[in-house]
Amino acid sequence: MRPLQPVGAGARIVLGALFFALFIGVWAAVTYGGVVPALFLASPGRALASGWALLAEYGFAFDIGVTVWRVVGGFLLAALVAVPLGLLMGAFKPVEAFFEPFFSFARYLPASAFIPLLILWLGVGEAQKLAVIVIGSVFQLVIMVAAIAGGTRRDLVEAAYTLGSRPLSILRRVVIPAAAPQVAEALRLVLGWAWTYVIVAELVGASSGIGHMIMDSQRLLDTGQMIFGIVTIGVIGLVTDLLFKAVNRWLFPWAVL
Amino acid sequence: MAAPMSAYPLHIQGVTRSFPGQGKAGPTLALQPTDLTVAPGEFVAILGPSGCGKSTLLRIVAGLDRPSGGTVRLGAREVTGPGPDRGMVFQSYTLFPWLTVADNIRYGLVERGVPAAEQREILARFLARTGLQGFENHWPRQLSGGMQQRTALARALANDPEILLLDEPFGALDHQTRELMQELLLEIWQEGDGSGVAGGRKTVLFVTHDIDEAIFLANRVVVMSARPGRIKAEVEVALPYPREWMVKTTPEFAALKARLMGEIREEVRRAATG
Repeated sequence: MRPLQPVGAGARIVLGALFFALFIGVWAAVTYGGVVPALFLASPGRALASGWALLAEYGFAFDIGVTVWRVVGGFLLAALVAVPLGLLMGAFKPVEAFFEPFFSFARYLPASAFIPLLILWLGVGEAQKLAVIVIGSVFQLVIMVAAIAGGTRRDLVEAAYTLGSRPLSILRRVVIPAAAPQVAEALRLVLGWAWTYVIVAELVGASSGIGHMIMDSQRLLDTGQMIFGIVTIGVIGLVTDLLFKAVNRWLFPWAVL
Repeated sequence: MAAPMSAYPLHIQGVTRSFPGQGKAGPTLALQPTDLTVAPGEFVAILGPSGCGKSTLLRIVAGLDRPSGGTVRLGAREVTGPGPDRGMVFQSYTLFPWLTVADNIRYGLVERGVPAAEQREILARFLARTGLQGFENHWPRQLSGGMQQRTALARALANDPEILLLDEPFGALDHQTRELMQELLLEIWQEGDGSGVAGGRKTVLFVTHDIDEAIFLANRVVVMSARPGRIKAEVEVALPYPREWMVKTTPEFAALKARLMGEIREEVRRAATG
């Protein structure tokens, strides 16, 4: 091993899978070996069996669907507001000066702390779940998009001016296309955070969703179900992340992502 | 250049530029009051040591920087900002990375709303003229530095500017590529609009610190002093056009080079010590 030397594609997959195997191996050893009582941690087999029961008998697929819908809905709402606003802030400094100080403050407000207020305002329905995700991601996303757009290469902007571009077409033909790949990467990051917020929102005052199932399982002390729920989120997260990456590569073949 | 010739003279009158000081330091003068007139169809090289303000002067002509005093006029119009009448090629690679070679060249045409058929015709002409056929669908990152600068030159020319501003466009290229690019630029410029008369050419203002490059290309070399920059000498290059690379081996070329080296050495030394 030498610093920064690349690793081959095959070796990369083998090494990545190896850690998964090691992780599951340790988990199996401590549970089947009786190091940790089943009350606190279910074995891998028990978690899988609980998962099968959840899917087959308790309609867990519906919960997964509801949670995915909330994540996507909240994420899209946040993106719909944050991306245009962030681009405008990055491109036009007075707009940035107007919004930036407040948003820099607002992004430190913990979304989960809003849950009691949001229940008061919006009840325990879907609007409240979406609101938690939007509050949790919109300010972060605005700040990131503004920084990306604000970092547009000045020499490209100058070149466009000497080719006859006017300010609005600088925004449309230089700032936006230049920022697009990094904005897509920022969206990918934020989608990951949205998954954290949705579960927090579902732990309180929800009647469906993966988070709700995990809370129910806690009452029954069914650690197998809880673990299966958490792993489900991880798997969905990994799959969406890979999809997002693939879409970004396909959308922006000119960029080196 | 197979494009309409330039018609308007460029007048630079009393242009100065100072940059505000940092902290308690006073403002820094980058450019002393400078006068320069460039006639239509001229190829003028601005030669000077690095940091002498030659790029600042060119950026002021382009409208990308504002003078602290004085005026720049192209014909009767005063320059107050950048515009497509003053095309520019930069030292850094400024192709739009998200556009193919063809779309980069068409950028200014799209901006002006040139009809699609005419765009295609202009694109084909400049792809051919700069030797980029077969690369029209490549992304800029797939091109060598020399090809990127050829595309940048085609992009500026396709827009048919009144004057072409070149800010050390070949400065980042290796020596051999740089010489090829100089010859390409000179060929395109010498062709003019195809009418065969000297007046059929575009006005070019070319910033460089390379003496050979200045003599080889320009009909007039303006030498700038070390910072704060001012024009310290103007040298006519009486070598007849069309020129070819062999001109670099003539005694006339050597004599001009000796003279310009004398002018420049003094300034480089002042810039280095000063």
